[in-house]
Amino acid sequence: MILQHLAILQVMLPLLAAPLCVLSRSPLLAWGIAALAGLFALAGSFILFAQVLNAGVISYHIGNWAPPWGIEFRLDAANSFVLVVVSLVGAVCILYGRRSIEREIPEDDQPLFYTMLLLCFAGMLGVTSTGDAFNLFVFLEIFSLSSYVLVAMGAERDRRALTAAFTYLLLGTIGATFYVIGLGFVYALTGTLNMADMAVRITGMAGSGTLRVAFAFMIIGMGLKLAIFPMHLWLPNAYAFAPSIVTALLAGTATKVALYVLLRILFTIFSPAYPFESQTLQYLFLPLGLAGVFVASIVALFQQDVKRVLAWSSIAQSGYFLLGVSFASVGGLMASIVHLFNHAIMKSGLFLAVGCVVYRTGSCSIASFRGLGHKMPWTMAAFVIGGLSMIGIPATIGFTSKWYLILAALERGWWPVAIAIVAGSLLALFYFGRIIEAAYLQPSTDDSTITEAPLSMLAPMWMLTISCLALGIDSELTVSAARAAAEALFLDPHAGLPAHTGP
Amino acid sequence: MKHHIILRIGAKLLIPLIMLLALYVQFHGDYGPGGGFQAGVIFASAFILYGLVFGLGELRRVAPLPILMKLMAAGWLIYIGTGYLGLALGGMYLDYNILSSDPVAGQHLGIFLIELAVGITVASTMLAIYQCFNAHQSGEMTENE
Repeated sequence: MILQHLAILQVMLPLLAAPLCVLSRSPLLAWGIAALAGLFALAGSFILFAQVLNAGVISYHIGNWAPPWGIEFRLDAANSFVLVVVSLVGAVCILYGRRSIEREIPEDDQPLFYTMLLLCFAGMLGVTSTGDAFNLFVFLEIFSLSSYVLVAMGAERDRRALTAAFTYLLLGTIGATFYVIGLGFVYALTGTLNMADMAVRITGMAGSGTLRVAFAFMIIGMGLKLAIFPMHLWLPNAYAFAPSIVTALLAGTATKVALYVLLRILFTIFSPAYPFESQTLQYLFLPLGLAGVFVASIVALFQQDVKRVLAWSSIAQSGYFLLGVSFASVGGLMASIVHLFNHAIMKSGLFLAVGCVVYRTGSCSIASFRGLGHKMPWTMAAFVIGGLSMIGIPATIGFTSKWYLILAALERGWWPVAIAIVAGSLLALFYFGRIIEAAYLQPSTDDSTITEAPLSMLAPMWMLTISCLALGIDSELTVSAARAAAEALFLDPHAGLPAHTGP
Repeated sequence: MKHHIILRIGAKLLIPLIMLLALYVQFHGDYGPGGGFQAGVIFASAFILYGLVFGLGELRRVAPLPILMKLMAAGWLIYIGTGYLGLALGGMYLDYNILSSDPVAGQHLGIFLIELAVGITVASTMLAIYQCFNAHQSGEMTENE
């Protein structure tokens, strides 16, 4: 029975665990509940992914109402892969979080913190699972509203978290509103909210002005959530002032989920066959992607705070995602999806390493990293591996991402873009180099009481670091999964539609 | 507060009526306009009127924050639980049809439980928000007489 309902339990179990955390008075119990929910979601996502690859699309009808009238959870190769990414990062962050949260959040607030964490997690799983465009918006709001709260809870460490959360709230709400305005236009045209049904009904409407406006609203809305280059201003502060585990979770999953929704809009609801979309990809996404990679990487070079360096690097990665999408080919899409997985693993690992440093030193400025290479060898080793992976050194997963991006660029014959990708990696070498140099080559500051982070934090972090290496050396697994995902999105978006397409 | 006799008597007259209206909106929501969201807000507004007239301290005594937190979670659990009930009875998640032998009665029962859950959570959340903002504004002082 559990297998049959796994698609919904995946989302609803964390959503059930969240109110239980409110009721539990002890932080340890709340953490236990959250960890169980996280591990269940992780196991569930792997089973679902295997099921989808073996047996095809899973469609779950909520309340037994058949789509397109009812809400449908629809898992294909693309979103079940994103589901694995989200639940992997989510589970690792929750497991890692107990000690870090004890240090950063007041004890009374800790059960509520876990509640918000689970809500955020469940919201992201819901966005990824649903096949209904409005239900997607509802889950998007669950995950966004809880993430604003989570960012604001960093106020215990630094009061500036409050303004950061407020900016994030304003821009995030604008993003969500734009999405729903766009959706309203499509609904007015088609009278349906089911994404697959929508795709069928808008074929042949490419000339419609309403459809173009809807497309623009939806793309800009998701662009804000994804922090595409000129719409990225909320991200550095939100990441820098949030509690460490929240930063790791958001960096690993929030932008990935936004990217997934963007891909759904571009390739499932709309299609590159529409002239307005292919022009958007080529004349908007390509330059914005390139600009994002360079501007954000150059800004990252001048930051004094490690979290902020990583945050700007995340904006640069959004640029790489856009580049992959802008090629409008299976290869480019596959590169984007590979990078989605890889970036989630390595960036979360890096932020968890920074979390260990914050746990021991209470600070995350580059100056406080001085000499840590000798005092916290395991933490800094994980940081170095994550950094090398971000740069794209062979035998790490970052190399796989860059390799397939460059291949996709060359496939289109856009060799200047390929050169730009390599140049972007070179910039990453410089901004990570500064931190690693401080950690290993500069003498430590006065106090020598700093020791290695506790094992309960190191173990989950090293799980990510090891997969960063293992999947980098044998990239077959991620690449074949990403290829299946890209093909599901790009080649055959309308496969397995419900036979009845409306009254 | 002693001399505001008109306010006090007026509030005491109105509060039961407001609560009654809330219950009407809640339970008539199945047939007419209304439902859990509206009813929850109206129900909370009866308490907020009480708080405005008799002060935050009195309101805290009637509706303590820890209880409100538990109510919020309880409403949420009823909602989710209704979904799981569908699963337990062998249907899909949030399947109302099988809650009763008659599908129409099942649908009725299902939406009744869901709206009840929404009502409880919305009312307790509104009250908690009011108490928190009010406490913040008066700097945790007792009533500003």
